[in-house]
Amino acid sequence: MELRKDYFADVRKDGLHEIGQPRPRLDSPGHVTGKTAYFADRNFPGMLHLKMVRSPHHHARIRSIDTSEAEKHPGVVRVLTARDVPHNVYTILILIQIGPEDETVLADGKVRWKGEAVVAVLGETERAAQEAAAKVKVDYEVLPAVFDMEEALKPGAPLVNEYHGQNYYLYDSGECRKVRFGDVEAGFAQADHILEQSYQSSPIEHAPTETTGCVVAPEGNDRFTCYTNTQAMFFTLDNASIILQMPGSKLHFVGGTVGGGFGGKVDVIVEPIAILGAKLTGRPVSFVYSREEEMQISSPRAAEKVVIKDGVMRDGRIVARKVTGYTDAGAYSRHSPYGAQKGAAHYPGPYTIPNVWIDTYCVYTNRTPSSAMRGFGVTIGDFALEVQMDKLARLIGMDPLEFRFINAYRDGDMKAHRQPTEGAALIECMQEASRAANWPVAEKYMAMSSYRKGA
Amino acid sequence: MAKVPVQFTLNGAEKAEFIESGTTLLNALRDKIGDTSPKGGCHQGTCGACSVIIDGELRLSCLTLAETCNGADIKTTAGLAEGGVLHPLQRAFLDAFATQCGFCTPGMIMAAKVLLDRTPNPSREDVVEALSGNICRCTGYEPIIQAVLVAARANSQNAA
Repeated sequence: MELRKDYFADVRKDGLHEIGQPRPRLDSPGHVTGKTAYFADRNFPGMLHLKMVRSPHHHARIRSIDTSEAEKHPGVVRVLTARDVPHNVYTILILIQIGPEDETVLADGKVRWKGEAVVAVLGETERAAQEAAAKVKVDYEVLPAVFDMEEALKPGAPLVNEYHGQNYYLYDSGECRKVRFGDVEAGFAQADHILEQSYQSSPIEHAPTETTGCVVAPEGNDRFTCYTNTQAMFFTLDNASIILQMPGSKLHFVGGTVGGGFGGKVDVIVEPIAILGAKLTGRPVSFVYSREEEMQISSPRAAEKVVIKDGVMRDGRIVARKVTGYTDAGAYSRHSPYGAQKGAAHYPGPYTIPNVWIDTYCVYTNRTPSSAMRGFGVTIGDFALEVQMDKLARLIGMDPLEFRFINAYRDGDMKAHRQPTEGAALIECMQEASRAANWPVAEKYMAMSSYRKGA
Repeated sequence: MAKVPVQFTLNGAEKAEFIESGTTLLNALRDKIGDTSPKGGCHQGTCGACSVIIDGELRLSCLTLAETCNGADIKTTAGLAEGGVLHPLQRAFLDAFATQCGFCTPGMIMAAKVLLDRTPNPSREDVVEALSGNICRCTGYEPIIQAVLVAARANSQNAA
């Protein structure tokens, strides 16, 4: 690939000496020799294995839990229920004041999605733990469930999560994140054409080759060492400290080596319960998701729905854009209120539009809780926005790339969420893409600049 | 549960262990013998991360019972470098940026080694076919394919 240093050559002093040069990765020698130590490569004598009893229902009240048969199963050392967890109701982002605490480590009185953790079984072997887990008897009263975001927002829909009290995340701005810029209705009134389209996506599983898990060893000094493949080391340490009501100084987290994450390992799910197991038994504990759990239980990217209404002029200018975005958090918040909020700031896209109206909702349903994945909050939005851009260009009979040049944001333009544009490079990227893809545009667009006045 | 003896050669060294009947070769290697280079990604024979070489054949150690390996000659990625010198495949994976998270790498290298042992000058299609049982979620496969082709060229130059 050719590195084009002429773009921005007049405004930058560095020589970009490193870019385009191969540099060895520091971790590769361990990878190619099999010496890299992943969490599951730690093995301790007397290590117990944790297996989870999970909800077979999407939404149900728990009438009773009977663990007596499981406790009698050969090789079972301990069975844990909600009562054993010091601070059972938590939420990951409480660390940055995004509450309320809305999720149980082990289900207490209710399950809100199919696969939710109810009882943890610690056995001498994986097999003993698995067999005993099958002997735990949970009496459920099945409740009506809701799987569609718009259904969940209707009055009378089943309430998914009592900690919220309604099926959406309540922002300080109300039922959704809002961006208001200019006068969107006046923009639509002035537009030559209006196009309203809706776009939807399904949840997406990261499917890392290494499944989520951790190995915990109790240490002689009353501390616990947790070997984990979390992507969020300090979030996990601090949340474990809250859940276990244990000072952080008692917890030693070892990690950083992740066998594929892609955002799928930022939730705090396996570590607190494994540390608790180690604390209550005094023995090392391994809790590793099976492949089935990785695919069915770990958080996927949220399903999203994006409704975009644009007003466009025959000369190519977009004069009004109204977006309603829905992010399916599933039963619990995890990182989704943040994802939906990010979408609100992102939705105008890299385009300067004078009149913008955006509402983004973080919606609770009885689906698997969703969370982070590569650019969550903006990736699906970008798909929707760019398909919409192509449709708009077709509507007014304009080349889709030239249409983007006309609307591209440039340095100094005010964005809808009141951040002035700085360091824009969209025009230059499109100029190079035009050359590389042999998709010519008119000379006036090739002479444009993101930052030079008048160009 | 009854323990059974197993004895095999691992990367040239004799190994003998008592294991529970039904233990997979993957678990025996990792938990009993201490060779953690084969990885458990699925434990159901679909991801290839546990690939090892048994008597010259590429095998999924998660679907192989350890007790069926008595007398076998087993090779893993941990034993590939000789005297601290990387095997050409390891060198090529390093140079071609063919590792990212690294979890699939030992299995990939095993699959590639069996290919090059039999087909010293493989075509690109041969490489793709040989790696088709190994899943990588990071690289998009292209750097891995390139690494195997580079290693094949390095091998044939050394042989010439």
